[in-house]
Amino acid sequence: MIHGGVLAAASQAASAAESTAFWVLAVVAVTAALGMILTPRAVHCAVLLAIVMLSLAVLYALQGAPFLAFVQVIVYTGAVLMLFLFVMMIVGVSAADSLVETIKGQRMAAGVVGIGMLVLLSLVIGHAALGPAGAGGAKYGVSNMNGIAALIFTRYVFPFEVTAALLITAALGAMVLAHRERTSPKPTQRSLSRLRMASGRPTPLPGPGTYARHNAVDMPALLPDGSPAQLSVSPVIAARRTELGRGGIPIEGADQGAGQGTSQPITEGAGQAVRQGASQGNGPDAGQEDTRS
Amino acid sequence: MSPGHYVALAVILFVIGAVGVLVRRNAMVVFMCIELMLNAVNLAFVAFARMHGSLDGQVIAFFVMVVAAAEVVVGLAILMAIFRTRQSASVDDPNLLKY
Repeated sequence: MIHGGVLAAASQAASAAESTAFWVLAVVAVTAALGMILTPRAVHCAVLLAIVMLSLAVLYALQGAPFLAFVQVIVYTGAVLMLFLFVMMIVGVSAADSLVETIKGQRMAAGVVGIGMLVLLSLVIGHAALGPAGAGGAKYGVSNMNGIAALIFTRYVFPFEVTAALLITAALGAMVLAHRERTSPKPTQRSLSRLRMASGRPTPLPGPGTYARHNAVDMPALLPDGSPAQLSVSPVIAARRTELGRGGIPIEGADQGAGQGTSQPITEGAGQAVRQGASQGNGPDAGQEDTRS
Repeated sequence: MSPGHYVALAVILFVIGAVGVLVRRNAMVVFMCIELMLNAVNLAFVAFARMHGSLDGQVIAFFVMVVAAAEVVVGLAILMAIFRTRQSASVDDPNLLKY
């Protein structure tokens, strides 16, 4: 009698914990899924999908499917979503979805279809005779891994082997589709060095900020005559500064060093000085070590 | 928790995924919505397996995961091939078959 009461209390506590976890995870999953179809950026969609998948993994574990929960975390969240993110890096992270409706009335129609599907599926489930949750017996819950292994390698052994063929085909197909034929001959070391000599600047470009007070990448190095070396700043950074409305590359020359923070855009004359320095026989690189000391 | 709760959650997630497939224009996001639908179906399978007290539903959910992984691999490779030629990931752009 007492034993039965303890068991009932334990199962009641377990079911209360399960229902708490279910409601929290259901809200999280539905919110993340809604956010997934509403955010314009694909990267945010991927992160929200990861949240949905992780909460589904916990729901699997709650329902006595620990194997599936781990496979969900490892395969879906670990492999599939990372593959998504890798492809997103190639295709372009910043490519936000355009919010322009290309087909007129398509969103409205999609919403109507969605509501219709929801109503239809709810009716089907409402009419289905869903029994109570099965008892988590030893055969079902504890040795979940053994049970699944026994099923996969006995009753479902043929589908399992077909799965192997499917995976090999998918891997081959991905390799074939992602492979790109080289249309031009591969550049050799000889042709690259010839190109470098013909370009007029055989040495690497000077590094940025190689003087005492700044070593940030957006601060140009100084040439022996005190003028900033424009070539030492990446053109991407210079373009970004212009885009942000901060003017050109800031300079803080030794001759005008009234203090930190004095910065002004490079004038045209300074740029010409750089080019003259580059065309001289010595080159700006030889002088930079003097500037540093 | 009765299996009905889990199946209802699965239905909601499935419908959200379906609406996403219909609404979104970025092919990557369309793929992700398909993954969401597959996950929702898996949740229903697991709930049914628990209701019946047998493991067949879990095995089928496992197979669904395998097929989904293969589908993602091939689909993303196709997407990259399209992006390489068209410089776009939108589902509006590959319309050459229309004409």
